[in-house]
Order: sequence, then C-alpha cells, then structure tokens
Amino acid sequence: MNAALIAVSLLLVAAAGTAVVATNDPGRQAVSLSALGVALALLFFVLQAPDVALSQIAVGTALVPLMVLLAVRKTGK
Amino acid sequence: MSRRARQAVFGTGAAVLAVLFALAAAGLPPFGGDQHPYRDRAVAAALHQATANVVASLTFDLRGLDTLGEEMILLGSVVGAVALLRPRPDEKPHADDKTSRPQQDAVALISYVFLPLTLLLGFDLLVHGHLTPGGGFQGGVVLATGLHLLYLSGGYDALRRLRPLAWYEWVEGLTTAAFALAGTANLVNFLPHGRVQQLFSAGTVPILNILVGFAVGAGAVVLLAQFLTQAITLEGEG
Repeated sequence: MNAALIAVSLLLVAAAGTAVVATNDPGRQAVSLSALGVALALLFFVLQAPDVALSQIAVGTALVPLMVLLAVRKTGK
Repeated sequence: MSRRARQAVFGTGAAVLAVLFALAAAGLPPFGGDQHPYRDRAVAAALHQATANVVASLTFDLRGLDTLGEEMILLGSVVGAVALLRPRPDEKPHADDKTSRPQQDAVALISYVFLPLTLLLGFDLLVHGHLTPGGGFQGGVVLATGLHLLYLSGGYDALRRLRPLAWYEWVEGLTTAAFALAGTANLVNFLPHGRVQQLFSAGTVPILNILVGFAVGAGAVVLLAQFLTQAITLEGEG
C-alpha cells in the first residue's frame, strides 16, 4: 500500500514537472508550477515529512507562482 | 568564451557530477529500510529536550546554527530584491490606480472568507511549531501570502492601506536581529524544558519559532511589496 502510494506520488511529480517544462507561456507556467508544488507536497507527505510538505505548499504553490505572475505582468509578456 | 568552450566546460562538469552522484547514490542506505542511525539519535535528543516535533528540535535546537545561516540568507535576498527593484527616480506611480477596480464578486467573497482562516492557520502553525508539523518558516509564509488575499478581495488600495510597509521592514530587521542574538548568545537550550507535548515546553524552541515566523513573514511581505509596486503602480517600460 505504502509503496503504491509513493509510486503514484512520484508519477504525479514527474507528470507535473513535465507539464511545467512543456508550458511555454510564463504566465501559464506559474499555474503549472503551482500544480507541481501540490504534487511535491503530496510526495513529501506520503514520505512522512509533513513539515517539508507544508513548506512546499506555502512556498512552491503560493509564494513563487505569485512572484512569477507579478514579474510577468511587469514585463508585459 | 566560444560556444565550443562553453559546451566543453558544461560537458566536463556534467560528467563529473554524474559520476559523483552515482557514487554517492550507490553508497546510500537502501530506500525505506529500518536502519536509521540519525533518526535514533535525533529522536532521543529531541525527547531529551521535551520537543514533541523532532523536526523543530533539529531546526531550532540541535542544528540552530544552520537555521541562523538560513535566516541570514533570507534577509540578504530580501535586501537584494529591495535594492534591485527600487523605483528609478524617473518612475512615478500611476495618477489613477487602475487596479482599485472591484474584483469579481466570487473571487472577492472567497478571499474574504479565506483571509481570516488563512491568518489563523498561519498563527496556529507558528505557535504550535514545537508540537505539531509546521513552525516559524511555514507559519510565516502562510501569514505573508494569506495577507495578500486582501489584494484579491479589496484591491491594491486596501492592501496598501492595511499593510504599512515600514512596520514590516522594521519587524523583519528586528526579529532577525533578535533571532541572531538569541541564537549566538545561547547556543544551548537554556530555558526550562517543561513536559513534552505541553504548549509551554521545549525551552527556547517555541520562542525561536515565533521570532523566525515574524522574520520570514515580514520578509516575504516586503519582498512581495517590491514586486507589487513594480507590477502595479509604476509607469514606464521594463
């Protein structure tokens, strides 16, 4: 059961990471980056690291995409 | 440096990294085994200090000096971002703030509902960092990003009015200094440890947690404020 959960989470991370790389527009990339953050948080949680998962959600899913979006808005892409 | 030379440098570096990484990975204990020498020592040390959250004990007690370094890195990056993103003398704020237009009702409603919940969650993470997963860093970032729900609900004007930036700059500086002082002056956990799993336990860990929480939260607010100023209120290109 646990191994299956870890495998599913790893696959999710791989899929979300590929999606980030495959996204061309930086504005949309902020959204796929956010999804990757959630997938990574799930993986950390499954690996019994809830502290790291919380950091990942706060930074990877909220803070960094927000900064990317603001930078995109400024540069007018 | 020519393209060929760059590729040679990159190729050499990548090859060395690949070899070292493979060697290091081969030397690791197997994934998911039951032999954890570091865990055995860390858990015993954390319980000795009456800290229920072993990760918090590692971060703020057993390896507190590392956290002090991280705190300085955060301060340095905030100062660097503020210096880089400061408005040029010829950049003037918009006369009419186009962004103060009302947001979509649904977005505003959700943001109003989640603003207090998120702030509460942030404080909860902060205060119980030595007991449950979470702590200063996570709580601080949640508080800082939660505060920006104000922007979604009330627009940029509301955020600017309810977020006196100078306060956050002072909080960032003062709490980082306090953390450094507490960290360097007392490299040992000198306060009474109390009983494990009580709110008042773990000695200095909850105090450092809260200091770090305010330092990280204020730092993230100051950082985001630079981006918001650049993106929203300044005229001029790039």
